[in-house]
Amino acid sequence: MNRVDARGLSCPEPVLLTKNVMKQFADEGFIVEVSGETARDNVLSFCQGKKRKAEAQAFEDGWRIVVEER
Amino acid sequence: MSKAKKQGLIWLLITGGVIGIGAVLLAAFGNPANMGICVACFLRDTAGALGLDSADKMQYIRPEIIGFVLGPFIISLATKEFRPSGGSSPMLRFFISFFVMIGALVFLGCPLRMVLRLAAGDANALVGLAGFAGGIGLGSVFLHKGFSLGRATAQPKISGVVMPAFAVALLVFLLIQPSFIRFSVEGPGANRAPLFLALGVAFVIGALAQRSRMCMAGGIRDAFLIRNFNLLLGYGAVFAVALIANLVMGKFTLGFEGQPIAHTDFIWNFLGMALVGYGSVLVGGCPLRQVVLAGSGNTDAGISVLGMIVGAATAHNFGIAASADGVPANGKIAVGVGFIVLTVIAFACSKVFAGKKVAA
Repeated sequence: MNRVDARGLSCPEPVLLTKNVMKQFADEGFIVEVSGETARDNVLSFCQGKKRKAEAQAFEDGWRIVVEER
Repeated sequence: MSKAKKQGLIWLLITGGVIGIGAVLLAAFGNPANMGICVACFLRDTAGALGLDSADKMQYIRPEIIGFVLGPFIISLATKEFRPSGGSSPMLRFFISFFVMIGALVFLGCPLRMVLRLAAGDANALVGLAGFAGGIGLGSVFLHKGFSLGRATAQPKISGVVMPAFAVALLVFLLIQPSFIRFSVEGPGANRAPLFLALGVAFVIGALAQRSRMCMAGGIRDAFLIRNFNLLLGYGAVFAVALIANLVMGKFTLGFEGQPIAHTDFIWNFLGMALVGYGSVLVGGCPLRQVVLAGSGNTDAGISVLGMIVGAATAHNFGIAASADGVPANGKIAVGVGFIVLTVIAFACSKVFAGKKVAA
C-alpha cells in the first residue's frame, strides 16, 4: 500500500502531506506514519472531514494511520 | 460528528473557558491589568528576574510559566505521551522564536494576551489581531509551498526532562529568593497574584492545554490551510468567558486610549503581531503552545522557549520593547529585521515536501 512518512514533522505538516497524497492517490488507500498523538488526531480528524475511513494503530515509532480506499 | 471529535472540541472549550476565567481571576488577584496571563510578558519578567536584562520594573519569576511547563509534563507522563523528541532545525527555531518575542514586545503581549485585551475592550488588540492573522497567512503561504524545518527524531529521555527541571529550579529560586534573583519593587513586575494561586491555575491550564492541543496560532492557520475551524473554538471560548467575567466585574472599557499596558500606534500594533503570527506558524505553534510542548518532552519547543527568553532580554537591553508611550525607533528596526530574517528562513526551507517523501 502507498505509504506517507510524516514521522517527526511538526504541525501542520502531517496533515498537509495527507492532504497532498489524498489528492495524488484519489480514491486509493494509503498509510500515514506519524510520531505523536497530536499529529495522529489531526490526521484522523482531517480524514473524517474528507469522509475517508481511517484507523490508527500504535507501532514502534509512533502511530500508523491506515486510510482505506473508497 | 464522531465521539473523538466531539471530545476534542469539549477539551478545547474547557481549556479556553478555564484560561478566560483564570486570567481575569489572576488579574483581579494582583497580576497586571489585562495581563492575567501573558506567556510573552511572563517569560520577559522571568528573564528580568534572572538578570538577563536590567529593566527593573519587569523582574519576577512568574509562577505561571512554571505551571505551564510542569502541568503538561505530569499529564504527558501520565498519558504516556512523554516521548522526548528533537533535532528539527533547533538553531532556526531559536532565532524564529527570538523574533516572535520581539514582535510580541512591540505589540505588548502574546496572542493569548491579545485576546484577553480584546475581551477587556482594548480596541488596539483588534488591530493586533488583524496583523496576527496577516502574519499567519504569510506563514501559511510558505507551508503551502512545502515549508518544513525538517524531521524531529527520538531523543534520550533525559533531554526531555531538561525544561521541566529548569522549571523546578525556577520554582526553588522563587521560593527561597536568593540575592542574585531580582524582583521588581514597583511596576508590572511588582503586580503579582499570590504565588500558589498563580502556580495552581497555570498548572491546570497547562495540563488542559496539553490535552486539548490549544494553540492561538494554529486556529487561524488551520482555517486558512485545511478549512478546519476546531482550534478557533478554543480561542472563542477564551474571549467569551473573559468578556463575560470582565463585564460582571466592571473591568470592561471599550476604546483605544488609556488602555492598561498598551500603546495606540496602529502600524506597530499590526506589524508586531504580524511578526508573532508569521514566526509562530513557522515553528508550529504560538508561545503558549511552545511552552506546553517544551513541558511534554519536545526539545525543539524547549529551544523555542529559550529563544523567546533571550529575545525578551534583548528587547529590553537594546531598547526595542514598546511601552505605553509607544514603540521606540529600535523596536521598529528590530521588527523590520525580523521580517527579513523569517522570510529568508522561509524561502530557504520551502521545497522539502513536493511529493518527494511519498513512497509508493
